[in-house]
Amino acid sequence: MTRVFDFLLYIFAWISGLILVGACGTFMVFLLTQGLPALSFDLIFGSTGMWDALLLKRVVSDGLLPAIVGTFLLVFLVLLTALPFGLGAGIYLAEYAGKRSKSFFSLIFDLLAGVPSIVIGLFGFSLTIFLHKHFTFLTPCLLISALALALLVLPYLIRSTQMALEELPTSLRLTAAALGADQATTIRFVLLPQAAAGIFSGIILAIGRAAEDTAVIMLTGVVVSAGIPRSLFNSYEALPFYIYYMASQFSDQQELQQGFGAALILLAICGLLFTLAWLIRKKITARLLYHH
Amino acid sequence: MKSHVKRQARGSRALFFSATVVGGVLTLSIFAFMVILGLPLFSTHSLTLLLTQKWAPDQGLYGIFSFICGTCAVVSLSLLVAFPLSLGNAILIHLIAPRRLARFLHQVVKMMTGIPTVIYGFVGIFFLVPLVREWFSRGSGMSILSAALLLALLISPTMILVFLESFAAIPVSHIRALEALGGTRRQKLVHVILPGARTGIMTGLLLASGRALGDTMIALMVAGNATAQPESLLDSVRTLTAHIALVMAADFDSIEFKTIFACGIILYLWTAILTLSLRHLHFNSTKPSHDQSF
Repeated sequence: MTRVFDFLLYIFAWISGLILVGACGTFMVFLLTQGLPALSFDLIFGSTGMWDALLLKRVVSDGLLPAIVGTFLLVFLVLLTALPFGLGAGIYLAEYAGKRSKSFFSLIFDLLAGVPSIVIGLFGFSLTIFLHKHFTFLTPCLLISALALALLVLPYLIRSTQMALEELPTSLRLTAAALGADQATTIRFVLLPQAAAGIFSGIILAIGRAAEDTAVIMLTGVVVSAGIPRSLFNSYEALPFYIYYMASQFSDQQELQQGFGAALILLAICGLLFTLAWLIRKKITARLLYHH
Repeated sequence: MKSHVKRQARGSRALFFSATVVGGVLTLSIFAFMVILGLPLFSTHSLTLLLTQKWAPDQGLYGIFSFICGTCAVVSLSLLVAFPLSLGNAILIHLIAPRRLARFLHQVVKMMTGIPTVIYGFVGIFFLVPLVREWFSRGSGMSILSAALLLALLISPTMILVFLESFAAIPVSHIRALEALGGTRRQKLVHVILPGARTGIMTGLLLASGRALGDTMIALMVAGNATAQPESLLDSVRTLTAHIALVMAADFDSIEFKTIFACGIILYLWTAILTLSLRHLHFNSTKPSHDQSF
């Protein structure tokens, strides 16, 4: 009887594994077979030609360049706004907060981490309507999207900073204190450099989250065709939204092909970021092992 | 000199504290904004009507009940598929597969967490939806089933990773004790690993349900967005998240537009309850209990 159960367990586990790997494999093969033929310079630069487009001599109207540039601009702005708050709050929770304020703020940031991205997008949108009454030039735009996305990735940044600082060995703090360093100096010159890798891998995951999110930006200013934005108050294009739009609105086979190409490019960007974060984390664990 | 240093120390503390407060205030103001902008809705439409009526703007009916049902159906079916799948995979990786294969699978699962949801939706439309349409030869293929299957693929990696972490946290001594008594793999699993990982398994389930609940793109792209009450798994539904995305285009002063804030409030509260249950779970599990104290 025991043997039968052992055997059934064995079968169940292997079948689950096969289903997951099979589904993931089918997914990848489908995307690659459909997307790879679409990848070319024309896909990105359209009929504009690479150098003219890169030197901003001519506007790319039928390629993915504006969407790719839009996504990169977005990520850059998100980091610019979210990093100071993410790092600051992470440092506060790890190094300064008392027991009660720590538990209170962790709860708040756990709540924020759980809020669906579409709700954060809706918040960004309502904020725009609200501000529009006083500043009439303000409509959904690159800046609003970046601020809303910054709120989305904030809990990731806070948690990775906090955890990277908290898992540092106590000996480090004691040594710094014994040398007469005050808390601010210890954080600045001892703890942060030691925790840098952990914080950095959190930042990369936050970049990935900002690059792939569609729900926030579709409520806060992304459009199908805008070209490369000229200011923070312009609407813009982004890769994930382009993929979403093409899925339902493609008019011919060529546009569908572009959709697959865009999906492949976004997957490659996210895959690259993910591998980078993984490599950094691997390095950290190796170093921590060496430490003890 | 000394007072200067002290002032600087206090300054950096204040700086870090204000960053924390800004984050906290923003989190709470998300909810406040939903309530303030949604309030006008409740002055003309009672909460019960909103929650029970059907959605028919042309007849003046703005109920979001069918969206709540749609969300429940999609989320619970995806959990129903993903839970055994994830448990099976976690057992395979932790207990059964040879070392190298286990490491490979673990790596694949980690990589899967990085796939953008819009890509799941995109592949879903062109691969899964036609398949579902052919298999059941009914409807458009855009259905609860299609969305739930894709969501299951989205949330499984999260669950598997949490399960694996909790399996790995089980004291080796317990496992050694069972091995010394000649226990089989199944006994190891049923009597040591699963009971020991109870909290971890609940954590995985709660996290995954929050992920499925909060996802917009998959439901928006492959669930079909019909406003009627769903009756079978092959019916098309609209989830709360998809409703917010879809109504955005409408006139800002319309009642239609204001219902999306009601959806926002429901989603915020729903995920808040999940977060609070997670905290409660961990708070209880870290308290010393008698059966583990020996």
